[in-house]
Amino acid sequence: MADATATADTTATANDDLAAPVAYEWKGKLEQAPDDEPVTPSAGLPTLRREARALLGSLLRPHRRQLIPLIFVVIGQNVTMLAGPWLVGLVIDNGIKDALAGDDSTIVLLSSALLLSALVSGVLNRIFLLRAGRIGQQVLFDLRRQLFDHVQKLSVSFHERFTSGRVISRLTSDVDTLNEMLQAAMDGLITAVLNIITITVVLLVLDLPLAAIAVAAFGPLWLLYRWFARRSSVVFRRTREAIAAVIVQFVETLNGIRAVQAFRREPRNAALFARLNGDYRKANADAFRLHAIFIPGVTLVGNLATVTVLVVGGMRVADGGLELGVLTAFLLYLNQFFSPMQDIAMFLNSLQSSTAALEKIALVLNEEPSVPEPTEPVALPQPPRGTVDLDAVEFGYVAESEGGRPVLPELDLHVPGGQTVALVGATGAGKTTIAKLISRLYDPRSGTVRLDGVDLRQVSEAELRRAVVMVTQDGFLFSGSVADNIAFGRPEATREEVEAAAAAVGADTFIRALPEGFDTDVRKRGGRLSAGQRQLVAFSRAFLADPAVLILDEATSSLDVPTERTVQQALRTVLQDRTALIIAHRLSTVEIADRVLVLADGRIIEDGTPSELVSAGTGQFAALHGSWADSLV
Amino acid sequence: MPRQRAGLPWFIVTNAPAEIDPIIGGEPDGPLGEDQQKVTAGSSNTVAGPSTTQPGADAEFDPASHGDPEGGGLRPLLRLVPWVRPYRGSMIFMVVTALGAMLAQVLVPLVIQRVVDGPIADHHTAGIWPLAGVALALGVAEAVLFFLRRWTMASTSLGIETDLRRDLYDHVQRLPVAFHDRWASGQLLSRMSSDLSTLRRFIGFAFVFLIANTATVIVVAVLLMSVDFWLGLFVAAVMIPMAVATRYFENRYRREARRAQDEVGDLATSVEESALGIRVIKSYGRRPQMLATFTGNATRLRSAELRKVTTLASFFTMLDAYPQIVLAGVTFGGAMGVAHGTLSLGSFVAFVTLYLRLIWPLASLGWLLAVTQEAASATRRIFEILDVEPSVVDPPRPRELPSTAQCAVRFEHVAFSYPGAASPTLADIDLEIRPGETMALVGATGSGKTTITALVPRLYDVTGGRVTIDGVDVRDVRLDDLRTTVAMAFEEATLFSASVRENLTLGRAETSEADIAEAIDIAQAGFVQELPFGLETRIGEQGLSLSGGQRQRLALARAVLGRPRVLVLDDPLSALDVNTESLVEEALRRVLGSTTALLVAHRPSTVLLADRVALLVDGRIADVGTHSELLARSSEYHDLLAQSSHMEVSRG
Repeated sequence: MADATATADTTATANDDLAAPVAYEWKGKLEQAPDDEPVTPSAGLPTLRREARALLGSLLRPHRRQLIPLIFVVIGQNVTMLAGPWLVGLVIDNGIKDALAGDDSTIVLLSSALLLSALVSGVLNRIFLLRAGRIGQQVLFDLRRQLFDHVQKLSVSFHERFTSGRVISRLTSDVDTLNEMLQAAMDGLITAVLNIITITVVLLVLDLPLAAIAVAAFGPLWLLYRWFARRSSVVFRRTREAIAAVIVQFVETLNGIRAVQAFRREPRNAALFARLNGDYRKANADAFRLHAIFIPGVTLVGNLATVTVLVVGGMRVADGGLELGVLTAFLLYLNQFFSPMQDIAMFLNSLQSSTAALEKIALVLNEEPSVPEPTEPVALPQPPRGTVDLDAVEFGYVAESEGGRPVLPELDLHVPGGQTVALVGATGAGKTTIAKLISRLYDPRSGTVRLDGVDLRQVSEAELRRAVVMVTQDGFLFSGSVADNIAFGRPEATREEVEAAAAAVGADTFIRALPEGFDTDVRKRGGRLSAGQRQLVAFSRAFLADPAVLILDEATSSLDVPTERTVQQALRTVLQDRTALIIAHRLSTVEIADRVLVLADGRIIEDGTPSELVSAGTGQFAALHGSWADSLV
Repeated sequence: MPRQRAGLPWFIVTNAPAEIDPIIGGEPDGPLGEDQQKVTAGSSNTVAGPSTTQPGADAEFDPASHGDPEGGGLRPLLRLVPWVRPYRGSMIFMVVTALGAMLAQVLVPLVIQRVVDGPIADHHTAGIWPLAGVALALGVAEAVLFFLRRWTMASTSLGIETDLRRDLYDHVQRLPVAFHDRWASGQLLSRMSSDLSTLRRFIGFAFVFLIANTATVIVVAVLLMSVDFWLGLFVAAVMIPMAVATRYFENRYRREARRAQDEVGDLATSVEESALGIRVIKSYGRRPQMLATFTGNATRLRSAELRKVTTLASFFTMLDAYPQIVLAGVTFGGAMGVAHGTLSLGSFVAFVTLYLRLIWPLASLGWLLAVTQEAASATRRIFEILDVEPSVVDPPRPRELPSTAQCAVRFEHVAFSYPGAASPTLADIDLEIRPGETMALVGATGSGKTTITALVPRLYDVTGGRVTIDGVDVRDVRLDDLRTTVAMAFEEATLFSASVRENLTLGRAETSEADIAEAIDIAQAGFVQELPFGLETRIGEQGLSLSGGQRQRLALARAVLGRPRVLVLDDPLSALDVNTESLVEEALRRVLGSTTALLVAHRPSTVLLADRVALLVDGRIADVGTHSELLARSSEYHDLLAQSSHMEVSRG
């Protein structure tokens, strides 16, 4: 909750808001974390930071054998293509002259050359597009896989800090940005850049004074581009933010439609939406107008330069100082000299956003997993006995240097194999933290967590996960059938085992009542499960995994009373011969424990069997139990 | 897709500058710049943000989105007329300016012809100036007309888009909950964002150029034939297939892009699960399996993308090579004509340049038609929503609710079935809640408790019998009055991305500061004062996140705000911890004492807030009585509520 970004400029409007009967602005916006800002601020060529360059290098290196010949292909294509105007110029200057002198063969020859250049350029173009596209897709594929695997290796602390939203956008929209960039490049922009270079050379060779006019046009074009790039980065960001706000309002209305209608929020919503819709329109209109100036501007500069060339060149042809064919070729070249300019402006924009995406991806790839796999793992005794020890464990989510209070100051705990321990205490007392340390989602800041005497940091990932399983409150389900979701606990399990696991925790009754029973797709209509049902599936999954240590973090909180009763009965048998850690608000769940630990501020303040603690009568647990028992019937 | 390619052979590009930009990304928007992608890529149904897409659900409701782009015809576009009408002046202006700019461009070669045949042939340098003046005027006119069109586009197409989006939103808000049960929000969202963007592009661009380019093609063809009839006829005849080929490639590419987009969706699902389910994955050590799934998806995406690459390669090769081949023919024919005196040199140069001006408008016609088809299916998808009639509406002759201090709520033979459900959810419900009484609803999961609560404020309408308040059928009352009288708290506390205050009042104007303070007090939601900006703090998805218990207390505060005469609470205390629960119960008891209330309860402590309890079994009322009466006589009731303590404890 400490993550609200309280900025100075939002506080400034606080009084206005209080006074206004219809306030529109709320404070503590979080929607755009600074590092998620789409970056396109600078005009000019984007530069790559070292990490991003390294990443790009490592992605392209495997393909260098194909890339080098490809460069020759694209240059060859460019040259054959640009031979066109030159050949037409030759037809005018030489072919017609020869034909007038009675020799048609020059025209035939030059026309054939033109035809040939068309065919060769077409073939080379096709080769280039296919090969380049294939390499590009392979690079993206490798990047996706590498990134996905890396993110999966990173520890839960990273995921909690970084948030799932950003992980998702690195792997989806940021990679998509690269794909778009690739498509734009394929879409002719590589050749556009090449064109400008080649044409500049050709123009300079054809006629120096005329070339000077063309090159001089670069000046105003560059200024125009600078202006556009600077303005557009601001405007584009506004449009993105505006549409995001429209979408949030829309989706929230849909998801909360019951509340919207029950509380007559429609008019207010309509007002809010009208404003967001208007903002979006305005931001978009600004972008349109920017283009309305920039693109005709480029056209105007090009047209002016063309007219100037026509005048100057025309004069010289009339004076006999220049061949007509050269002028014609020149005019034809000029046309494709100016027209790609605006494309290149767009291209630079997309290049900038893709370098930004690449940088963001590189940063994630440079994250080191804070819960690393041991290089030389120590084996657990087989089968594991499930003895859990916490020795002088200290832990906090926020480093003390940043003002974070340790959640667990110094905790010692010994849980013998087979014991069922219930953790009780207020929110923030450290119950879930203990669970996360025992399942090694985090490593302690100091002290050790040991399983059967082995430091968890020395246990191999695979072995640890077989031995320790944690079931959380949310009961996350993956797409696929209910059976798939249970089998997640042990992928090699047979269908019978899956069904037996569901039956053991009492989940089979509702599952069989689903449209397709165990084969019901949980993401399809009719397959959407209630919170309680999801918990039952998650529970079956854990049961199927059959770990030595089972951790239940509010794992039965959403069950109704009869179901919970069934689950508790199942638990009594399930937990008999394994170590278990139970976190629950409901005392009925706590009752099945052999031992209750009451936590406050990361310390154990009460420790004993449930009946001991209750009969002691003085502690927190006794008080809680008393008020609960009163509410019973 | 076939935006003008910058690196195209010179002949295509010649004519491009005026027109290519709008296809390229002249209209940046979309959270992920999706439009740009869509525009360059020609298709894609990128829905904004992975969290809102539900790739799996698409096909179920939405045959149009996956159907053949050729199907359906262009008729649906006519339905846009009412929205376009206010802008018809600017639409005509845009067509005229586009046409003007095109003509200015086309005329330049004719000027060059004059220059070559006149001053240059005569070596008369002074003669160049007037013609250069004309060329300059044309060049400036082109740029200015171009500017005017784009400037107008900003108000026109965006105006139409904004109006449509507003109407769509207002409509969707009015549609009943039953509609929203059927439509995933991702479905509606894609209509509101990508389909509307498609329409905007159609209106501002495709529509205008469909007219302007057709006219240009005709004009240029006529000019070509006027320069040299047979050569002109030859060019027109061999170039027409370009338009057909463009359309073919465009449609093929669109299909492939859509398929790739589906793969992107699947990949996004896999990514989403890997991020959201990270604890489960880690907990079971399933990284290898997740990577295998992801690799499978990424492989399929790669093949889909490669299909696109292949199509693009063929298409661009065609676009490059074909006109240049024709050019070789034109050059040969023209040069021979000049050599044999049938054509002037100036006419030859003009012919070649004019020919170049023909390529883009012609090739683009195919593309424009494809865009138009896409717009037609986007329109169809939008009207699928706009055509749904709101079924829960104000009665034609509304009755007033008696303004008694406390009112009675009665369910009379109420039946309810969800559309398409095999068996009714509720059958023959008879239940009376007396003025000021609190009635608890108890029943197993799926027995219909939540459905009953939703019938009172008409989130659903009964399918049989009736619900009355003080004897007046709720369907005979204006919705606004009904929902002022009845307030609800839902089990899943919905919060909006807005301030705490906004979340409490939800925009109801009649609430005072005192009401808000009282509601916060009753719901034990004093924590809001501790938030960084107190009541003004933004909460919800885009703001501060609150715990389940906090959310629930806010939802409760929202319901009791302004002391509604009927209170419907769907298990309002389920997410509270024991301490808070008892505090909230105490405060709630005060409110319930003076209000008629219906209260869904799962726990004995909640039931104790009620005067009487109705036991719901399989959509029927099995028993009604006080808590102790029911405990005594109903084993089913006992089974639902009794958590027995197994501990042998002597309580001190």
